Amino acid sequence: MGFLNQHKKLEKHATLLLVLSFLVVTIGGIVQIVPLFYLENTIEEVEGVRPYSPLELTGKRLYVREGCYNCHSQMIRPMRDEVERYGHYSLAAESMYDHPFQWGSKRTGPDLARVGGRYSDDWHVQHMIDPQSVVPESIMPSYAFMMNRTIDGEHIEDLLRTYRLVGVPYTDEMMENARADFRAQADADADHSGLLERYPGAQTRNFDGQPELTEMDAIIAYMQVLGTMVDFSTFVPDPSR
Amino acid sequence: MSDNTPEEAKVRPPERQYPDPKVKLKQEPPTTGHSWDGIEEYDNPMPRWWLWTFYATIIWAVVYWVLYPAWPMVRGATPGLLGYSSRGEVVEEIAEFEQRNLAFFERLNDTELEVISDDPELQSFAVNAGSSVFAAQCSQCHGAGGAGVQAAGYPNLLNDEWLWGGTMEDIHQTIRYGIRNEDYADARWSQMPAFGQDGLLDEEEIDQVVHYVLQMSGQEYDAELAEAGFEVYDWNCASCHGDDGGGDYFQGAPALNTAIWLYGGDYDTLWESVYYSRFGVMPGFAERLRDAEIRAVAAYVHQLGGGQ
Repeated sequence: MGFLNQHKKLEKHATLLLVLSFLVVTIGGIVQIVPLFYLENTIEEVEGVRPYSPLELTGKRLYVREGCYNCHSQMIRPMRDEVERYGHYSLAAESMYDHPFQWGSKRTGPDLARVGGRYSDDWHVQHMIDPQSVVPESIMPSYAFMMNRTIDGEHIEDLLRTYRLVGVPYTDEMMENARADFRAQADADADHSGLLERYPGAQTRNFDGQPELTEMDAIIAYMQVLGTMVDFSTFVPDPSR
Repeated sequence: MSDNTPEEAKVRPPERQYPDPKVKLKQEPPTTGHSWDGIEEYDNPMPRWWLWTFYATIIWAVVYWVLYPAWPMVRGATPGLLGYSSRGEVVEEIAEFEQRNLAFFERLNDTELEVISDDPELQSFAVNAGSSVFAAQCSQCHGAGGAGVQAAGYPNLLNDEWLWGGTMEDIHQTIRYGIRNEDYADARWSQMPAFGQDGLLDEEEIDQVVHYVLQMSGQEYDAELAEAGFEVYDWNCASCHGDDGGGDYFQGAPALNTAIWLYGGDYDTLWESVYYSRFGVMPGFAERLRDAEIRAVAAYVHQLGGGQ
């Protein structure tokens, strides 16, 4: 047992123990993490997923700011009960432009991964102002203040730049038009052709029904795009994945 | 501090005698050879149950690697002999329940709407299936129990007041195509003028007609204003809401002579309704749900309380 006796040396030598422990953890980490970057089924590309428009992205920032993820998940697991309640199970690609992703880990409220198009804007406004008026059993707090907080997209270009830095493919054109797109999306009368070309399928209208552009517009624009980017009438998931 | 304790109380109790642990052992177990400040460590074997559990988990892991997807290789993970995938499993499970429901779905499709309730077995299936469709698709606005939300004008489905009719055919039509949406040409459609905003009535006339409606619905009203309001009502409102305020299903005009209100029946709400007009919208479900599901949810809504 000469080899096993070498263990004594480790136990008595702190630095050696540290170095070798680190080595063991590194090997374990490499085996678990590295395949995620090259295995095809972890990077399934899906048609339709695009970066968020400036207004949607602002809404997403509000979602994070208000800690919505503490009570809402955005991850429909591949299980029958979830699929029947929320819709098609989530695909990894659908959160590829989320930084940070909003999968969440707790459902005090319902999952929001496919909430887009499920409710009308009016419903969302009513629900944000007074959640119990439309869902009596809800314990969600009121977010009525969002109606009063106007936003002007002052730093939206910088925000897009930051997201590009971490890998979201915002183009120079998107950056240049960021502020215009930001305003146009919540304005039913604006010219939306450029916006729709840059962000296909973006929904354009006055989301909160107020003339001013407020945080409510942004959060509802974000709610309404969630889970709607992939067209599941044409997308066929590979069942082996 | 002086010590007044009597001398005899200070005597310590005799030291407890502990049995020598080594006496019980047949022989002294070996030590690990470690010795710190004279303290040594026995080298006892692990309990047998623990060891066997440990070995069993190792064997379990190997079996798992063979049966299930496990090791990442160059092109993909090893698939495992069982061919399991979570995506595959959910597809299979849904298909299984689909198969079980198929016979009922077909029967639902082949049965005339009005006579579904004559078949207790089919009705029971339709109500149960309909209630889960309702929970997923309708409860957002109409409430989990179907009671609606008056503050937002989402109609209550539990009473026998209907906007567009409460027969199975009517309910089915409304669910299929929705109300005032642009997705379906067959969507229910009507539009009440914004009498005040569009200048059709002045504020005095609105005040009068509101009092007339208050009278009609059995609430407190001002007799003088209501009397004048009759003429305003007759000219402007009766063609849709009916001479007696009974409403009209063909135009989705709510009854005004009951205590059931879509948005509220107090003076302020009525005044606002006449001045600005209001109309709710409902999406059509013809493309979101299967026919059988729409028929099922129609049967569910029909039996909630007010089906005609």
